[in-house]
Amino acid sequence: MDPVIHIENISYTYPEAERPALDGVSLDLFPGVFTAVLGANGSGKSTLAKHLNAILVPTAGRVTVDRMDTADEAYLIPIRRRVGMVFQNPDNQIVANVVEDDVAFAPENLGVEPAEIRRRVDAALTQVGMYDFRLHAPHLLSGGQKQRVAIAGVLAMEPEVLVLDEPTAMLDPRGRREVLAAVEGLCRGRGITVVLITHHMDEAARADRVLVMDAGRIAMDGTPREIFPRAEQLRALGLDVPETAALLARLNAAGMHLAADALSPEECADVIKEALCR
Amino acid sequence: MLKDITLGQYFPGDTVVHRLDPRTKLLLTVVYIAALFMVGSWGGYALVFAALAAVTALAKIRPKALLKGLKPLVFIIVLTAILNLFFTAGDDVLFRWKFIKITYTGLDRAVAMVLRVLLLVSGTFLLTYTTSPLAITDGLERLMSPLNRLHVPVYELSLMMCIALRFIPTLIEETDRIMSAQKARGADLETGTLPERARALLPLLIPLFISSFRRADELALAMECRCYNGGQGRTRMKQLHMAGRDAIAFVLGAALVAGILILRRLGI
Repeated sequence: MDPVIHIENISYTYPEAERPALDGVSLDLFPGVFTAVLGANGSGKSTLAKHLNAILVPTAGRVTVDRMDTADEAYLIPIRRRVGMVFQNPDNQIVANVVEDDVAFAPENLGVEPAEIRRRVDAALTQVGMYDFRLHAPHLLSGGQKQRVAIAGVLAMEPEVLVLDEPTAMLDPRGRREVLAAVEGLCRGRGITVVLITHHMDEAARADRVLVMDAGRIAMDGTPREIFPRAEQLRALGLDVPETAALLARLNAAGMHLAADALSPEECADVIKEALCR
Repeated sequence: MLKDITLGQYFPGDTVVHRLDPRTKLLLTVVYIAALFMVGSWGGYALVFAALAAVTALAKIRPKALLKGLKPLVFIIVLTAILNLFFTAGDDVLFRWKFIKITYTGLDRAVAMVLRVLLLVSGTFLLTYTTSPLAITDGLERLMSPLNRLHVPVYELSLMMCIALRFIPTLIEETDRIMSAQKARGADLETGTLPERARALLPLLIPLFISSFRRADELALAMECRCYNGGQGRTRMKQLHMAGRDAIAFVLGAALVAGILILRRLGI
């Protein structure tokens, strides 16, 4: 299968910065895969995200989206339509003062027919569970609801890839759950490729693939089951491990022999129960 | 505390007046204002008042709400009345006491001017009460769209207006937060002489400005990510449609103007 996004040995240095923010990253993102990107602050995760839809163009190397080079200005709009992006602060992404008008913003920009815009807006709002709020004013919604509106605003472009740059960082636990459930639903239900940049290990544990960034490079790349048992290495990179992985690692250090890759709380409980009953 | 400010003063509803095309309402408001200045007899004022009362009733706006809107204007209205009452020249003296002189012409003028101001303001309030700010912006944009040919960026202007309206509550919230933060550090925003209080506002305004710029930056980025590319080649989800009721509204507007002119001619 062809990757949706192909990244070939890219580097990027911000103007007036000494150290490159990205330093030789190569990566293929395949359709329908849920990828989580982890890394300490300044590790280059957001910079990498901004290369996926041509907000930034690499100083060296090449990024292609469906074989279109992001450095080619002619492909700017087609690339941004295919790769939607959601940011941290929902307040700063919402343009209009009625939910449905905001969701219509992107397809209106693309010159879509009015009837088709209506269909897309309704579909996008339904997908994130915000259809009932379509006539509300955004500033009266909760953080999680606003962020889901922002996601719907991107979905209305019918993108192939959804990039989310710490979308839950400003939300309370309930908002986080709502947003994450919506994102997972889009990936599992609609086959949208998801790239989720996050600081929350439990969010990353639900992905198909985890990338760990450090100093502008990809330090680790694998499934959550491969990555999270390596607690030592993660801590050295300034990251935590999910609570389940941390518990299993401590029990193993205390002399038990448990499978270290049981990440969900249920699996973890099963593994411990089995060991105790043995 | 800042949240109490009501903005736009739009009363949502589903009456005929609410459903009229915003373009119709904007144009009719202009017609109404022009008609008000054509009034030349008391009968004319009565007619305009009747028209206003009819629309208010149709829109199911409580007259109390209209009166409340007039409150901030009391000073201007009183001033208009006093100026006209005392400073109108004329020989038909009604009342004289020392240097104060009130003439019939003056009384006439004062009442007419006060009526005019009241009717003018209430009429424009009716527009904002029954039309959401967004619909007004939308209507204005479409009425102005011929200016596009003169390279006036009509769409960009209306988008700016729309974003400004959208961010008012967000910025009010932010101001509240900064005020609390500064008060927590001992800032005194409420006492002192005027210059002192003005100076005390600086620690409020500077963070607010900085954060607004940061917001603007992020918003611009988010808009670019949603393929914003200027007004060209843009479509709209909501199309405005003139319906039969709009035609009727225009006919009634024309009837109002005709009625005023006839009453003026007859001198009633």
